[in-house]
This record gives sequence, structure tokens and C-alpha cells, in this order.
Amino acid sequence: MNVKLKLFSYNLVDTPIHRLSGFTKLLCFLFLTFGVMFSYDIRVILGVMVFSIVILIISRIKFSQIRLMVIYVLIFLITNAVISFFFSPGQGSSIYGTQHVFGVLFGHIKLTWEQLFYQVTKFFKYASVIPLGMIFLLTTNPSEFASSLNGVGVNYKAAFAVALTLRYFPDVQMDYHDISLAQQARGLDMSSKARVFDRLKNALMIIIPLIFSSLDRIELISNAMDLRGFAKGKTRTWYTSKKLAHLDYIAILVSLLILILTVCVSVFINHSRFYNPFI
Amino acid sequence: MNNEPIIEFQDFSFKYHSQSEPTLHDINLKIYPGEKILIVGPSGSGKSTIGHCLNGLIPFAFKGEINGHLKVKGNETSSLNIFELSKMIGTVLQDSDGQFVGLTVGEDIAFALENDNVSNQEMHDRVQKVAHMVDMQVLLNSSPFELSGGQKQRTSLAGVMIDNVDILLFDEPLANLDPATGKTAIEIIDDIHNKSGKTVIIIEHRLEDVLHRDIDRIIVINDGRILADMNADELVSSPILRQIGVREPLYITALKYAGVKVTRDMHPGHITSIRIDNSLEALKVWHRSIKADNYMNKHSSIINMENVSFSYDGIRPVLFDISFNLIEGEMVSIIGKNGAGKSTISKLLCGFEKQDSGTIYYGGQDLQSRTIKERAEIIGVVMQNPNQMISKPMIFDEVALGLRLRQIPEDQITSRVAKVLDVCGLSPFKDWPISALSYGQKKRVTIASILVLDPRILILDEPTAGQDFRHYTEIMRFLVEINKLGVTIILITHDMHLMLEYTPRAIVLADGRKIADTLASIVLTDEQVISQANLKETSLYHLAKLAGIENGTDFVQCFIDYETGLRNP
Repeated sequence: MNVKLKLFSYNLVDTPIHRLSGFTKLLCFLFLTFGVMFSYDIRVILGVMVFSIVILIISRIKFSQIRLMVIYVLIFLITNAVISFFFSPGQGSSIYGTQHVFGVLFGHIKLTWEQLFYQVTKFFKYASVIPLGMIFLLTTNPSEFASSLNGVGVNYKAAFAVALTLRYFPDVQMDYHDISLAQQARGLDMSSKARVFDRLKNALMIIIPLIFSSLDRIELISNAMDLRGFAKGKTRTWYTSKKLAHLDYIAILVSLLILILTVCVSVFINHSRFYNPFI
Repeated sequence: MNNEPIIEFQDFSFKYHSQSEPTLHDINLKIYPGEKILIVGPSGSGKSTIGHCLNGLIPFAFKGEINGHLKVKGNETSSLNIFELSKMIGTVLQDSDGQFVGLTVGEDIAFALENDNVSNQEMHDRVQKVAHMVDMQVLLNSSPFELSGGQKQRTSLAGVMIDNVDILLFDEPLANLDPATGKTAIEIIDDIHNKSGKTVIIIEHRLEDVLHRDIDRIIVINDGRILADMNADELVSSPILRQIGVREPLYITALKYAGVKVTRDMHPGHITSIRIDNSLEALKVWHRSIKADNYMNKHSSIINMENVSFSYDGIRPVLFDISFNLIEGEMVSIIGKNGAGKSTISKLLCGFEKQDSGTIYYGGQDLQSRTIKERAEIIGVVMQNPNQMISKPMIFDEVALGLRLRQIPEDQITSRVAKVLDVCGLSPFKDWPISALSYGQKKRVTIASILVLDPRILILDEPTAGQDFRHYTEIMRFLVEINKLGVTIILITHDMHLMLEYTPRAIVLADGRKIADTLASIVLTDEQVISQANLKETSLYHLAKLAGIENGTDFVQCFIDYETGLRNP
């Protein structure tokens, strides 16, 4: 149970990445994500991906912490790839302007190297965002996360709501666990033996009490926040916001350089957002 | 006192929009700067509503109709908003867990400053200073999960003091604290009051615990009206407390049992101030007159836990080598401070978790191979918060749920549910929606929904938490009735009164080990057990000392026997 609880929660260890301010990490995350989103050059994308995996290792995030997330994203990406192939199997050829056929599917769909290359590129492009996002989420404490969102212009109430959600996630998970056990004791069958419809109905028996006990919690916390002046001004300051240190400037600079590099590769080398190995 | 009152209610009344009758009527009350005031009253008396009117939650969060005047520092509160009020009155809510806004102590203390746009540097300086006042300076980077109940309370206090408010309002500060932590909380409040000279208002129904330290005046609220405004000596010697259903201090109850007429000249407000020189003989005579009750339970053992150890993460043991024996039909409490492993024992019994080593026997059979569902037919558990269990809108359906899930024919269900509703006094509400019930009634519904499975053992987690004396008595009498039907009852609690009055035997845990398993009277008078389990010595023991009765433990036991005798004439 305890391993599960740490799934989405901030893990507290002292690494250079953890020491960066939340604002820096958000900015770097945005720069790098924008970089890979902009470019369709697989060399650039793999470069950023390797870079972010190295950072992931430096920040001592264990694979067990992100395994579930990785699985979800992979399922999504694979479904996405299959569907987009069937919707437009000729997309690759129309982008790269050539057609090298290496097989035929169902008698009429042509399999081209261009399509394969395009889809592989796209796959890595989205996949490379996972390590970036994970680093950001798992090394930034929720309050700092809120202050950095606020720092880049997000309304502070929205930013705080995000932080509170992250903060209460473990508590609600614990409640869920307790309620589920108590309901199982009353005879609720949560095993895979029950039929799908029954399982949905049974899930309600856990979710309803969970909602009601969470509402109690929400009323309490919102009263506590009102009484201490939350939302009285247009702006607020943050106890956890850190002054930018040398390391922060270096990190911002490095990620900005990577972004510029990706744009330059597209503009000066590829003369387009796509890298075309077929000409 | 010729200075201006800092708080003044004038012909004040309030009605919630959701209710047809006003909650507060004709409140006239003046509170002067630097006073320390206690507001007592049973649940639903309107004492919390007074608190909400003071701190601005009424009308900011709870809407309603206000008549009359309420002035704070000379300002009519209707002209102020909640933020302006919060600069004058700082509120510490009950449940210091739920109001922890920040992820660390420092951040939580700084919350009000953040909302005031105070610069980061100044914020850190001021947090340091306030943390020093409440002795939390070394824990600024700790997360709420790492703190004890008392430390959380200190953090909440620092969080409101950082605004330099003139008035501190404590809304049921003792509600979720164990006895020792509650005692410390009252001491912290008193120290802050003495050091800072701030006006302090405490809303609480645990009178004896608050009276651990001095109080200037006590305001008694009942049915939305001020019933009394007097000092502790006057209140305790008056019949008011019994009339409104607020528990009087135990030593007062004992004196009354002994036939002593408690008067204000005895200074009975605090156990430390009371003079009983003229009542010594009466106490001794009473003490000698009580025959020891015979607790020998002739039934056989129903649960036998042998050398059970358990750990959630495989590293830190939560329970270590626990053994005990429960006799069929007994009512026993498991006590200990938060995190001592009390709830874990109930989880192991129900099969929610499996012990790492050791064995649990039910009537001689090993329970190891039984599933959660099978065990539920023997051992039922009722969670602390009824909202955590209720999943159906109607009472009948909620109680019937466990039977329906077991595919029992509907005609049998109808009769079994009807029987249980009858036992639980819920028959008149059979067709009611659960949302129309009070908290205590909801609690009964959850108990009924477990009882319907006909368990031999019932485990209740803090059954009386947050209940005033009347509801507490109601719930406990109900449990006694069920116990008389032959159901073995285990209460997980840190309420000393509950243990003292209802469970002859207590099992005490501290840091995952069993440190005592004996009579409640011994537990509550053994210094070592008291300190290890965060309990508090009962005032009955002090009374015995004052009266020159050597065997204080025996005196406490006599009190218990006498009360049991009163309940079962």
C-alpha cells in the first residue's frame, strides 16, 4: 500500500534537480517540451530524450514510481499510432514527397518506409515528454509547483487548487483504501470474479462514502483558508518560492539553448520542421 | 473594569437560512481585553455559532439572518468582511489535521502572510519569531505527517498568532486530542495568554479538561441563549451543568456520590483549588461502603491473539509480539496514543491486513485462512466517521446492504433488518432518508448495518468522538444494551471517561507493544502507563490523595463500581 501511496507524490531527496527552484523547472519543462513538439527531426528528439533520461537518473527517481504512468502513456501512444495509420496510411509519403513501398496490407494499403519513419518519429516525439513531465512532477514540492505556476502567469487560486489536490491525494487514497476494506467486510466483491456490471455498481458503494467524507474535509479546509485570508487580494506571495541561484540560470540557459538548437536545426539544416532522409 | 469591551454582543440573534428557528436568541455579552473566557454548552446549543459569528464565517461561509449588534474593538461586524475580522480575531479550529494548509510547518505558519503579499524575506523572519514563541523553531521543515497532535496544535496557534491578532478563538481545541496532549494544549493556551495578554475565548464542552488551568469567566449556552455567566467555582457548585447535559468534573461527581454538598466556598472550580477539609469523613465513609464488584467472567475465551507482530513496510514494526485473550461477552477498550497500533489490531482481526507472525484464534480455530467477508460474519467493525460507511440514501437499504450482498432471500432480509432497527431504536425512522438524521443517529445506522450480519464481536473505532455528554451517554448505553445481548465489544479509544465508566478492562498499547492489560482503575492511576500511553491521571485519584485515602487506585475502582451499580440497580 505504501508504495502505491507514493505514486504521484513528490519524493523528497536532495539532488541538484530538487534544489532547482520550481519556476526554473517549469520553464525548462516548457522550453524542452516546446522543442520536441516543434521538431519532427528524430535525431533532435532522441537527443532530448536521452538528455531527459539522464536527468531522470540524476534526480534518483525509481522506475517503480513511474511505471504505471509509463504503461498508460505507452498504451495511449500505440493505440494512437494504429488508428492514425489506418486513417491516413499515406501521410508519410505526402510529407517526405517520395514513396518506398515494402509491403501491402489487406491487399490495398501500401506500407511505405516514409510512413514507418514518420510514425516512429511521432512516437518518440510524444514519448520523450514523459520523462520531462515526470521529473517536473516528482521533484517539485506541490506548494513550489503552485508558486511556479503562479510565477508564469497562472491565476494563483487555480495554482493553489492544483497544489491542494496534490497535497490531499495521499489522504484521499488512504480513505479509499479504508472504505473499500470496510465495504468488502460487508460483503462487497471487488475481485475479478464479479461481473463487469456488478463491479461498476460495487465501485459506487466505495465512491459515495468517499465523496461524502471528502466533502467534510473540503468544508474544513476551505473554512480554515478563509479565516486566514486566502483570496483576499489580487496577488499573493509564496513562502516556498526560492530566489534563483546560479544553478537555476545555468539550467534555464541550457534548456533555452536546446530549444534554440532544435529551431535552428529545422530552419538552417532541414529547411522544414521535418528531417527528410529519403532525398 | 472601566475599560471598553473588546467584544460586545447586544440583543444579538441569528437564524441560519436552512433552519426555521433562530440558533441564537437575545445574546448580550461583553468581553474585556485580556480576559480568558470559556464558552460551554451541549451540541446544538449554539456555542459554535457564536464562534462563527465572531470570526466572520457567519455570514461569509454560512448564510443567515442577523439581528442586533456585535461589535469587535468598537467596530460593528456587519461593516467588516471576514478578512478584516481575521486581523483582529485569530481562530484555531478543531481538528488540527484538516486545517493544515501548508506542506511544512513553516509554510503553514506563513499562510496568512502569503495572502497579505508579505515579501519572502520578511515572511521567513516573522515565521522564525512566531515559531519560537510556540517552541516549534526546529521543526519548521517537518511535514504534518511527522508531527504529534500537540505539535500540530502549536503550529495552528502560530499560524494565527503571526497576524498579531488581539483575540484568540479556540473552537473545540480538545476534540481530537488524547488526554495528555489535551492537557498540554490547555497549558500552551494558558502560557500564551499569560505571556501576550491577548483576549482568549475557548469554545469546548470538555469542561474538566479546560479547567486544568485558570479561566476568568465561563459562559454557559443552552438552546441558543446565555444561561449563565459566572466563574468556575460558581458554575461547578450550581446544578446548571447537570440540567443542560454537560459533564461535570469527575471529582465533583464523586463528592456528590459521597453525599457532600458542593458549595462555592470550597473553591471547587479546579482540582488544585478545591478545599474538602469538611468532607473528608464523608468521602472515607462512602469509600468503605462500596462492595467490590465481581468481574469474574465465567465465559470462555472468544479471541486469542498470540505473539502477533506486524509491519506495513517490512521495516518499522507497528505491532510487536502482542498477545491477549478476549472473553466472550466482555466489553474491553484498547487504548494508546495515535500511531500506537490500536487501529492496526482491528485491521488484523478483520483480515484487512495479515500479521507477519503469530496467530489469531477465534474460539480455538486459527483465523488465518478466513477471508475478509467470512470474518465479517464473526467480527464487525464500525468506522469512526459514519460518512465513511454510508453508501445508500435510505436507512432500510443501508442496513440491508450486507445481507443483500450475501444473496439472502428478501423476505428474510426484511425481518432481520426490522429486528436490528428495533434493537437500535431506529424503527420509527425506517423509511427515512439518511440525510435527515443527526450525527448520532447516523452512527446508529452504521452500527445497525454491521449488527445485521449478526457478528459475535463488534469493534468500534472512537465511537463517541466529538460527541457531547448527552450523546455520548446515549451511544454508550446503547452499546451496553448490545453487549448484554451477548456481543463482545472492543472499543478503540483515547477517551478516559469511556474506559473508566464502561469497560472494566483496558489493553494499553505504546509504540506497538502491549504495556498493560488490566483494570481501568489501575491503568488510570499507574504513573508509568499514563506517561507512556499519553493518558492523564484521573482527578479522582487526586481527590483520594486530598482526602488522605491511601489506596487511590482502590478509590477509583470504588467509583467505577458505584456507577455500575447505579446503572444496573
